[in-house]
Amino acid sequence: MSSKAKTSASTVTTPKIVMSGVTKSFGDKQVLRGIDIEVAAEESLAIIGTSGCGKSVTLKCLLGLLRADGGSIKVDGKEMIHAGRHQLEAMRRRFGMTFQFGALFDSLPIWENVTFRLRQQQAMTRQQARDLAAETITQLGLAAHVIDQYPAELSGGMQKRVALARAIADKPEILLFDEPTSGLDPITGGVIDRLILDSVRRLGATALTISHDMASVRRIADKVAMVHNGVIIWCGPAAEMDDTGIPEVHQFVHGLADGPLTLAAQAEARGD
Amino acid sequence: MIAFLQNIGRTSLAFLAAIGRIALFTAAAIRWTFVPPFYLRQLGRQIVDIGYFSLPVVGLTTLFSGMVLALQSYTGFARFSAEDTVATVVVLSVTRELGPVLAGLMVAGRIGASMAAEIGTMRVTDQIDALDTLSTRPMQYLVAPRIVAGTICLPFLVLVGDLIGVFGGYLVGVYRLGFNPSVYLSRTLEFLEFSDVTLGLIKAAVFGFLIALMGCYHGYHSGRGAEGVGRATTNAVVSSSILILIANYLVTALFFG
Repeated sequence: MSSKAKTSASTVTTPKIVMSGVTKSFGDKQVLRGIDIEVAAEESLAIIGTSGCGKSVTLKCLLGLLRADGGSIKVDGKEMIHAGRHQLEAMRRRFGMTFQFGALFDSLPIWENVTFRLRQQQAMTRQQARDLAAETITQLGLAAHVIDQYPAELSGGMQKRVALARAIADKPEILLFDEPTSGLDPITGGVIDRLILDSVRRLGATALTISHDMASVRRIADKVAMVHNGVIIWCGPAAEMDDTGIPEVHQFVHGLADGPLTLAAQAEARGD
Repeated sequence: MIAFLQNIGRTSLAFLAAIGRIALFTAAAIRWTFVPPFYLRQLGRQIVDIGYFSLPVVGLTTLFSGMVLALQSYTGFARFSAEDTVATVVVLSVTRELGPVLAGLMVAGRIGASMAAEIGTMRVTDQIDALDTLSTRPMQYLVAPRIVAGTICLPFLVLVGDLIGVFGGYLVGVYRLGFNPSVYLSRTLEFLEFSDVTLGLIKAAVFGFLIALMGCYHGYHSGRGAEGVGRATTNAVVSSSILILIANYLVTALFFG
């Protein structure tokens, strides 16, 4: 964490996820310069920050989709940063994730998308899978007949709900959401937030969300961390993010055009 | 001068790095082809896509190539009164060379491009990362079935293409050049050896492997956005076409004599 960073006292106990000093470079460009994040079990953390600051890379390092160059990533106290393929695959089974643009499989109908992991892992008849998919998507406010449609036939909001259904279908312990409300109108965004909250609570899951949508962050996060230039510059309870005393956080949270976070500085940080 | 040398050095390093990446990708693709789970539904889908849906384009290409070959060889051989060898020339050219190479190039255009575009789109829309998060290895789910399907289907396509190409030559020989049908057929079979056909089929299997490998490799490493997918598609077609021509010589040289 940078000198400007400050972390509010945590009121929770055993951390589910601990990332400390995580670094990641692409060629000469160092994207993560030492990320420190701690998330307690059943806690919901939102990671905010400008485009290209390293939020998605942080999530991908946590999942092992990208190998971090250094630091430590622990899930339930187990070090994952140098984990082998099988260990990583076992760890990923505990995660559910939604991607920014849904990442639904275009060639598969909705019921196969929703039950994809379950069908890979256990013997399941076609009818069982269809029933489970229908049950899951109806919990998320979609009509049961949608299971026979393909992703391209659905609106953006419906795709986000199907992606959420796929993430929660096998009841993971940890849920990751990458920009869950991006590209949605405020009402649909609000519905998605409520579904996320309901799902996380129902599963008793730990949640990490990347978002630019501050209204969404206020609704779904217990705790907020802001990434800037590859480090966490502030981490604390969501209720305190309006009053951090850190100019970058203030500017970002309130969406101000003027402040230390200029477009030129962001472009330079991204190496554009 | 130093800038010039730096450019050469950079280009050479980039080339070697690309060779290394392709070699690693190939090794991983082969390895995951033999490790369970096997995605038979994916394999079936690819077999239908490559084998069945490529039949019209391969059939038309070899039909007209066989017809042209009959006309051209007749024109040439008539100059030294060797017209009766037309049927033999057509069947040997089609089975040993034209069938596999033309089918390979046509399938490279159709399937190599489609694989690179499909996998490239999956890459840029995070579907490949989604596979990983859903406990499914993309190499096993996406790449292995395509490589197996390509390697299996091309020989069958070429076999059908050979028959159609020879039939094209027969049509021209009999109905345009006035050959007696039974004489043309007996000339077609007279000098044809089993090894002529098997050589073409071995080439086809190699071409099928290369087409699928290049389609998957370029799609898998596609750049961001529509431009990245477009470039991956072009690179897949160009690289598989070039590799087909190189492999064609190498396999021919290997079995020569």
